[in-house]
Amino acid sequence: MSLVIERRALPERAETVIIGGGIMGLATAFHLARLSREQKRTARIVVLDRTYLCGGASGRNGGGVRAQWSSETNIELMRRSLDRCADFATQMRMNVWFRRGGYLFLARNEERGKQLEASAELQRAHGLSTRILTPGEAREVVPQLDVTGLVCASWNPDDAVVFPWPFVWGYARAAVELGVELHTHTRVTALETTGARLSAVVTDRGTITTERVLVCAGAWSPEITRMVGIELPSRPHRHEICSTEPLKPFLKPLVGDLEDGLYFSQSARGEIVGGIGNANVPHGLDQRSSAKFLGLYARALSRVMPQLGAIKILRQWAGCYDLTPDGNPLCGAVDEIEGLYLMSGFMGHGFMMAPIMGELFARHLLFGEEQALFDRWALRRYKEGNLLSENMILG
Amino acid sequence: MADRILVCRCEDVTEAEVREALSLGHRDLESVKRYTGFGTGWCQGKQCTALCARLVVSLGGEVPSGPITPRPPFHPVKIAHLATLLTGEDDLAHPEGRSDDREDDT
Repeated sequence: MSLVIERRALPERAETVIIGGGIMGLATAFHLARLSREQKRTARIVVLDRTYLCGGASGRNGGGVRAQWSSETNIELMRRSLDRCADFATQMRMNVWFRRGGYLFLARNEERGKQLEASAELQRAHGLSTRILTPGEAREVVPQLDVTGLVCASWNPDDAVVFPWPFVWGYARAAVELGVELHTHTRVTALETTGARLSAVVTDRGTITTERVLVCAGAWSPEITRMVGIELPSRPHRHEICSTEPLKPFLKPLVGDLEDGLYFSQSARGEIVGGIGNANVPHGLDQRSSAKFLGLYARALSRVMPQLGAIKILRQWAGCYDLTPDGNPLCGAVDEIEGLYLMSGFMGHGFMMAPIMGELFARHLLFGEEQALFDRWALRRYKEGNLLSENMILG
Repeated sequence: MADRILVCRCEDVTEAEVREALSLGHRDLESVKRYTGFGTGWCQGKQCTALCARLVVSLGGEVPSGPITPRPPFHPVKIAHLATLLTGEDDLAHPEGRSDDREDDT
C-alpha cells in the first residue's frame, strides 16, 4: 500500500484546508475530492491534524450508529448515514465490523416513555422499524436485562455498532488515493485574514495560503475559530468510556438509558464497551480518566445487567464531546469571515453523522445543495435566536 | 516468516502489521498502537510495548518519550467490585474530584 500520512513539507498553497483529521474532516475531504474529480476539477485539499489519526474523539467513541432520534432532521440524516455505514466495507474496501444488532433505549419514568413513544412514531413515519416494547418484551431482546423500574423501551433492530478506528483509516486511505494531502502532527497556530476574507493557515510546520478553511476540529473547534475572533457557543466536555475482557457474543443491541446516560454494547471483539454521562464534569478539554467514572458506570451497569458483575474491566479512556446549548450542530459558512466554514458541535454523535454529513457538505460547497440544512444548522441561529432541540443525546 | 511473528500475543498483532503501519506513514508509538491494536488486550501492553517500541524505532520511526498512555484500572477489576466504589449520595452531588492519571492527554 502507498503512503497514507504525508511526510513531505506542507504545500505553499491549497484550495481548501480542513482543520481536524478526525472522521468528519476525512469524510468531507474524501467527498470533496471525489466530486471534484467527477467534475474534472483539480482541487488541492489539505487535511491537518494536531496529533495522530484516531487521537481525538473519532478514535475514542463507542462506535454506535443509530437512526433513533427525536428530531426529524437527525432521524432522516442518520437513516441515510446508516445505509452508508452498511455499505462501507464494499465501497471503501475496509472492514469496519459493522454489526446491526439494534439499539434498545430504556425509559424509567412516564414522561420519558411518552417522549420515546412520540419519537418512535416520527421515526416510523420516516420508514424506520422502531417499536415501543413493554419491559417483558425488552427481556426478549436482551434476556439478561433486569427490567425492575422500567416503564418501556424503544427498539429499532436496524441500528448498529462499528469499530471506529478502521472507519477513520478507510476515509483517510480513500481520500489520499484521490490526492488529498493528510498531514498529522501539525498544529494550527493562527488563521490569517485579508479584510474579512481568509487568506492563510499558519502552523508549527509552515504556512499554507488558502481562501477556504473548514473547521472539523470537534471539541477543539472553538480554539480554532477564536483565532479570527469568532466565539462559538459550543464547549468541550469530557466523556469517559471503558471496555471489558472479551466474551462470547451474547448481547445483541446497544442498550442505552437516557436517565443516567448509561450505554453499553458488545463489540465484534467480544468486549463490553460502554460509558455513562456525568454532568458534574466541568467543561474543558480534558482526556484524562477518573476512578469516579468506573464507580458510576459499574453501579449503573450492575443495576441493568447484574450478571456482568463477574466480568472484569480491562481499560478505560476518555474523549471530548463538542456540546452546543441547543443540542444541534454548527455547520456551514460563518457569516463574519468569508471562506470560513464549520462542521462542529456534534454533541458526541459526530462519528455516526460523518458518513452523511461529509457527503452533504461537499455537495453544498461545490453545487450549493442542501441549503435548508446548512441554514438550519448555521452558527447565525444563535444571533437570531432560532434555537433547535434534540432530547435523545446519550452519555 | 515475518508475517507469522507475533509481537502482541493478546491481540495477535504480527511484526508484518507493524511494518505495514510504518509503511503507511505512521511513525510514532501511539499511532502504531491505534493502527495495529497492539497493547489493547489482556495484558494492556505490559508484555508487548517494549518490543513494539524497539521495532518502530528500528524501522525509522520516532524514539518514544515513554510507553503508550497507561489505561486504568491498570489491572483487570470486576464490575461488581467497582460498583461498590461510590456509596450513598456523595457521588453525584459533588463536583468532579481529581482525575487519577497524568497531565498529558494522549
